[in-house]
Amino acid sequence: MSLGPHADFIVAAYAVTLFVVAALIAWVLLDYAAQRRVLGNLEELGVTRRSQREG
Amino acid sequence: MNMLVAILVRDMRLAVRVGGGAFMGALFFLIVITMMPFAIGPDLALLARIGPAILWLGALLASLLALDRLFATDHDDGSLDLLMMGQVPLELTVAAKALAHWLTTGLPLVVIAPLLGLMLNIDLHALGWLALTLAAGTPALTFIGLIGAALSVALRRGGLLLAVLVLPLTVPVLIFGVAAANAAIAGSTPFGPAFTILCALSLFSLVLGPIAATAALRHGLE
Amino acid sequence: MAVIDLANPTRFLRIVDRVLPWLIATTVVLFAVGLYRALNAPDDYQQGATVKIMFLHVPAAWLGMFGWALMSIAALGTLVWRHPLADVAGKAAAPIGAAFTFICLVTGSLWGRPTWGTYWVWDARLTSMLVLLLLYLGVLALYWTAEEPGRGARAAAILSLVGAVNLPIIKFSVDWWNTLHQPASVFRLSGSTIDPSLLTPLLIMALAFTFLFVTLHLAVMRNEILRRRVRSMRLMQAQEVRA
Repeated sequence: MSLGPHADFIVAAYAVTLFVVAALIAWVLLDYAAQRRVLGNLEELGVTRRSQREG
Repeated sequence: MNMLVAILVRDMRLAVRVGGGAFMGALFFLIVITMMPFAIGPDLALLARIGPAILWLGALLASLLALDRLFATDHDDGSLDLLMMGQVPLELTVAAKALAHWLTTGLPLVVIAPLLGLMLNIDLHALGWLALTLAAGTPALTFIGLIGAALSVALRRGGLLLAVLVLPLTVPVLIFGVAAANAAIAGSTPFGPAFTILCALSLFSLVLGPIAATAALRHGLE
Repeated sequence: MAVIDLANPTRFLRIVDRVLPWLIATTVVLFAVGLYRALNAPDDYQQGATVKIMFLHVPAAWLGMFGWALMSIAALGTLVWRHPLADVAGKAAAPIGAAFTFICLVTGSLWGRPTWGTYWVWDARLTSMLVLLLLYLGVLALYWTAEEPGRGARAAAILSLVGAVNLPIIKFSVDWWNTLHQPASVFRLSGSTIDPSLLTPLLIMALAFTFLFVTLHLAVMRNEILRRRVRSMRLMQAQEVRA
């Protein structure tokens, strides 16, 4: 597939898009892992939420 | 109505006193306009060409910097809470404060703008029209800024956050204000349409500003 | 399952856990098909192969605006209907919408350089998108500086609504300003009409990006709910220690 004389710009556009989307996904995944870890720690320590106790 | 007049007078009195910011805005405007030729160069033709734009930007920034004190001082000494609990609808109280703010901060900008225009080599006959566009547009800047001031007092972070929130919303006012000013000077486009839209934006902000600011105060400080 | 179930954070999390894998799979498939069609699309008679950037730029623009619309609806949910998850939905939409607006600006700039000769052109659409990005940054600043999630959410909700009301005005004024300052030739981003051979890949990519948005949005909402749980559990922990 020939991208023509301005191939660099096309590649750059797709690269930037890929990078931003990948960064978003990475942030979501890392944040999820961090929250689960902290919640796990807190639950181990025996801290419960009010709704769980009343549950 | 008496209550609103009382608020108006109170805010104006506070603004002109020592701790108030009444003429600080005008002073800032003067300084900024003075600095422009240092950055742009003394080419009079160029300064005349971009003069209206510089004046409008200077007025925008001067209005912005003074907005901090719209609610901050009242919030700090507790009078904001009293105003919120009062019988007068908060929207009207907020509008009265904004009007006082414009009279003490915005109007001085309008008054000294012709003088500053002379420094920028703007045509004499156009200075009046320029001041007119500022007179029509600075209320919009104050009332839109009102929203940012209410949002940032609720979060107790003033200054730059307020500017970040308010500036994008003032883009239409800036566009039509400068367009009207340029129309008056160069005459290539008619003054009427741009000026009318500018007035419409100001009137619209007179309504939207107090409503949004009231919502921001109520929800932020509840 | 009634919509009301979505109001309960725990039940919402359960629904998200079940639905997310399907959304991810659909997104991947759509991108596979879309990218294949996009990269093999014919060259535009005016712009050559650079039209391939359109398949990124246009969906990003659409999603940037969609993000703000979503924030505005969430804002109504927060302020008017007091839906418990509305402010979470609004807060989750902001970074994603901002990212797509950013992608729109960068790809627009890269598209502009070979087409118009400069990296930045103050044409109406790009300029409106820039102002939209500034509004997004303002909302994100509000969320970051708020001490309590609830307070920041309400302030951001108000700004979302004010922004939504102002966006048509900003768009109109920037359009008008652009015609005032338009240089002699008229710049068009995608040609006067889009040929069907280009339209189909565009629509598939737009659909793919939309699914990506929704998937990310639900995932970010889940993270935010978990974050608030952590916060309330820490507060409880602090209280227990004192007692």
